[in-house]
Amino acid sequence: MGFSFDVAHMLAGLMVLAGLMMLYQDRLYPLLHVLALQAGLLAFSVAWQAHLQAAPHLYITAVIALLFKAAFIPWALRRMVFRLGIHREIEPVVGIGPTMLAGMGLVALSLEVMLPVTAQADPVARQDIALALSIVLIGLLLMVSRRNAVSQVVGFLAIDNGISLAATGAQGMPLVVEISVAFSILVAFIVIGVFLFRIRERFDTVDVAALHRFRGEQP
Amino acid sequence: MIVAVLICIFGLLGLGIAGVGLALRPLGRTVVYAAAAGLCGVIGLLALIGLGRAPSTILLPLGLPWVGAHLRLDALSSFFAFVVGVGGAGASVYALGYGRHEQAPQRVLPFYPVFLAGLFLVLLADDAFSFLFAWELMSLSSWALVVSHHREGDNVRAGYIYLLMAAFSGLMLLLGFGLLAGATGDYAFETMRAAHPSAGVAAFVLGLALLGAGSKAGLVPLHAWLPLAHPAAPSHVSALMSGVMTKVAVYAFVRIVFDLLGLPSWWSAVVVLALGGITAVLGVLYALMQHDLKRLLAYHTVENIGIIFIGLGLAMAFRANGFAIGAALALTAALFHVFNHAVFKSLLFFGAGAVLSATGERDMEHLGGLIHRMRISSFAFLIGCAAISALPPLNGFVSEWLTFQAILLRPGLPQWGLKIMIPSDGALLALAAALAAACFVKAYGVTYLGRPRTAAASNAGEVDKWSLSAMIGFAALCLLAGIFPGVMIDALAPVSQALLGARMPAQLALPWLSIIPVEASRSSYNGLLIFSFLAASTLLTVWAIHRFASRAVQRGPAWDCGFPDPSPATQYTADSFAQPIRRVFGTVVFRTHETVVMPPPGDVAPARIEKSSRDLIWETFYEPVARAVTATADTLNQLQFLTIRRYLAFVFLALVALLLALALWQ
Amino acid sequence: MALVLLAAPLLTGLIRKVKARLQARRGASVLQPYRDLRRLLGKEVVLAENASWLFRTVPYLIFAFTWVAASLVPTFAAGLLFSWTGDLIAIIALLGAARFLLALAGMDVGTSFGGIGASREVMFASLAEPAMLMVILSLALIAGSTQLSTIAQFMLSPAAGLRVSLALALVAFVIVAIAENARIPVDNPATHLELTMVHEAMVLEYSGRHLAMIELAASLKLLLMISAIACIFFPFGLVIGAAEAGHYLVGLGAYGLKLAVAGTMLGIFEMSIAKMRVFRVPNLLGGALMLGLLATLLLFVSVGL
Repeated sequence: MGFSFDVAHMLAGLMVLAGLMMLYQDRLYPLLHVLALQAGLLAFSVAWQAHLQAAPHLYITAVIALLFKAAFIPWALRRMVFRLGIHREIEPVVGIGPTMLAGMGLVALSLEVMLPVTAQADPVARQDIALALSIVLIGLLLMVSRRNAVSQVVGFLAIDNGISLAATGAQGMPLVVEISVAFSILVAFIVIGVFLFRIRERFDTVDVAALHRFRGEQP
Repeated sequence: MIVAVLICIFGLLGLGIAGVGLALRPLGRTVVYAAAAGLCGVIGLLALIGLGRAPSTILLPLGLPWVGAHLRLDALSSFFAFVVGVGGAGASVYALGYGRHEQAPQRVLPFYPVFLAGLFLVLLADDAFSFLFAWELMSLSSWALVVSHHREGDNVRAGYIYLLMAAFSGLMLLLGFGLLAGATGDYAFETMRAAHPSAGVAAFVLGLALLGAGSKAGLVPLHAWLPLAHPAAPSHVSALMSGVMTKVAVYAFVRIVFDLLGLPSWWSAVVVLALGGITAVLGVLYALMQHDLKRLLAYHTVENIGIIFIGLGLAMAFRANGFAIGAALALTAALFHVFNHAVFKSLLFFGAGAVLSATGERDMEHLGGLIHRMRISSFAFLIGCAAISALPPLNGFVSEWLTFQAILLRPGLPQWGLKIMIPSDGALLALAAALAAACFVKAYGVTYLGRPRTAAASNAGEVDKWSLSAMIGFAALCLLAGIFPGVMIDALAPVSQALLGARMPAQLALPWLSIIPVEASRSSYNGLLIFSFLAASTLLTVWAIHRFASRAVQRGPAWDCGFPDPSPATQYTADSFAQPIRRVFGTVVFRTHETVVMPPPGDVAPARIEKSSRDLIWETFYEPVARAVTATADTLNQLQFLTIRRYLAFVFLALVALLLALALWQ
Repeated sequence: MALVLLAAPLLTGLIRKVKARLQARRGASVLQPYRDLRRLLGKEVVLAENASWLFRTVPYLIFAFTWVAASLVPTFAAGLLFSWTGDLIAIIALLGAARFLLALAGMDVGTSFGGIGASREVMFASLAEPAMLMVILSLALIAGSTQLSTIAQFMLSPAAGLRVSLALALVAFVIVAIAENARIPVDNPATHLELTMVHEAMVLEYSGRHLAMIELAASLKLLLMISAIACIFFPFGLVIGAAEAGHYLVGLGAYGLKLAVAGTMLGIFEMSIAKMRVFRVPNLLGGALMLGLLATLLLFVSVGL
């Protein structure tokens, strides 16, 4: 494997590591920092892909990732957390140990599924797609295993990071699609932010278990 | 060769019958145990000689008239016969001294040689019928030994559960052999070897072998009888059951899977690896929670069986991928561990028996400070603890090192299930080894070190010389097997050659007696040199210190940060030692829960801490079965209380049903 | 063998000096540990009344085990005379044997502090060993061997390349090394509070020449871990095979530089972080285990492709 593979592998591997670090965190501000780190690594990874594939439009994708996902969104979330006065410790549903083990199991599962399927492709694309699936699954695990609404948003954004990695790794996502995906994420994000403010105003909490009770579905 | 071994086995059976009469006289007891020791020793020696030779068979006109009894002594049987011989001889020598404390010798003495004979016969059997006959003989005679102290504690219940599980294992093996015999119904192993069952049948047979042999060996979740039955028996029998009988179960598994089944599939290796890893970790976690010394040792046997099955699973995985040298390495590691465990587990049970006969206590929390009162047995027990914790330069380290080398060997296996299972098993094995060291620091530290917690512990005395000689002999074996591992590896070469068609490189020709698993550039280990370096460094340090430093020694009360407490109750107990590990692992595995009851200020009542834990395996697997069986039995019990008219109606209905079936058939 | 013995107290002295400077103190000289050892060797030993023969022999044994393990690690030259007698697993097992004996010695006198130290130490060890094994597995997958000199040779060759698994393995190894050597954040080597001690609690009853041997063994263990990290991950300047005197001098200088850098970084790290609660350390060591597992999985990807 050449140097180009090594760099791509290192960036994708560090993104998976950032995903696992998100599972380990039990406080909100460091969680947002790790999200920013993962998005920054995504930006570098996309830029490296642009260099390898000689596709200049991917540089724009990299800049979008850096500005929006690594800078603006974590900053906006941080401001939202501060203004809402959200309780800054995250309680996991199961303990940290079993959650981390589940995360490792998901990484192993995605490698087991994706690598044999893509046997014909080029090695950089193969490892990008396999590791991207593991990032998506870890994001889903983050959404499922935390009681706090903000950490669910963070998990959703991690899923988006994984999808972007897969798309650029697969060599051929047009710039138009990338920009429209980024804008739809932004719109979804604004809607979520508005709703979080409304929920907080109405019920004084964003704990999803409490919200479930308020819906009247549980005694 | 096999004729000589058979004569010794019949000698043992005869000893059993003679034991009925000889049991009540002290000289008779000595005769029986000494003769058993001699016969076991002779069989062990014969087996060792037979390792290098070709297999020998014999057909006896016993048993079923159209089958006879096929018996065969090949490389695998010889190795296990050597292990059983060493274990049996040691236990008999130990029993020469320990047996003097036996309250009811007429309940132990007749069954002990029969148990040994059963163990040997299982190894020699070459057809399913004689195998199962010997298996049942082994189970029943050991059951009789387990309930020999039937008035003490829970022994009868332990024997009952043991009998159920033994019957279960026999049934599973019977079904497995039935499947292997196939449509022809020929139960000889020779025909089973030649036949090639289809993949589905092979999968079933593997599952049945795992259930049958695994429950006798102690694989999770079929291990529940082991920590009940092994401590209930007298100590020399516990040593035999833990150290030797579980190995005979491993022999059964190896014989069926490696010899009779042919080429395994890769996913069966994944199943065995997973079971082995889980058994290893769960066994040692259970052991850490115990404070009964013999029960701790019994749970520890479960852990070591897990380690052996990890090695066997690796051998199956490599064999399924055609990597014969790796399979030979993994199989050699597993079988080396079989020998090592037989030696050090027997040594540890001898030590526990010595403590029991010296103090009358099995509970560690009533002992302490025995290192001052029982000097020689505490030293031998320490060697056993160090060996089982896999510390160099003793033998436990060598077999675990070989297993690790097999795990690290070749990641280029194509199946992803194996690629992920093998490193996970490596992590589980390392976790089990570290927890085992913790467990034995606790066992030795609370039992032998510190200050005596009861009067029984402070009045203990050293045991008799027969027990001590058995313990010292096994401790020396631990050291020798650790320093000269090449001897054992070369002795195992015929076994792996016969089963797998490959062997590890010849070890005894290497310079300085190192061992090299695959090739020199990969890794090597030299037990003799490490031992010599350690001895030389220690002596050099002692000399330098005594030459250049002060040699003065002064005795005084313990420092204890300036708060010495004369009460030995402030020492760490077994439960408090295990508390950090219980908090880290126990909350998940055993649902442990500690509640602290603090009285309000001003109240003179003591604060209480209560810990509760649940045995999840017992609750999930055993209790539902027991409840279902009891419910069914209660319902069917109604049949006992029917009127005569109802019984006649049953007969009438059965007759009508048979006639109907006959009519419909035609 | 003699080199590691002489260098170990100097390394300990350097770390203490760095920590003192960061605390705005002048601190003792870097040669102070040698003076401490000499002072302890000259003092008489005060033994508890119920200390057994095990208590008296354990310091010699611990020192021997640690010294033999330290001699197996290449310092400035790989391919030592008897380096093939034990590989990385044997070295870790020798250190584990030393820890086993120290825990037993802690239980020997029958005080509660010895029990505290022993039970916490074995709990940390039960988590650090699987993490260490995962690191060894990654290294064996990359370099094809568990023998330290072979790994060093492989790392020096261009076949090593830039691998993320090596970085993850390095972080995991550093965490395990901190736990094994009882440094902050796992244990405080300079604490005077008994309830925060782990390693110190086990040696609470030792004095005189026994204590000198145990302290020297602890310094040797730290030197061993740093040398192992330097040899595997930063093998610049390591002499492979036979070479002339100039190369050996360069190797010695490189080794000294690596020790100084590592000691300074360890001192700065210890000063910038607080000691963790005992029951948070399993989270840290579990994190090291996860890093090792992730390194192995990523290696399967890159090697298998």
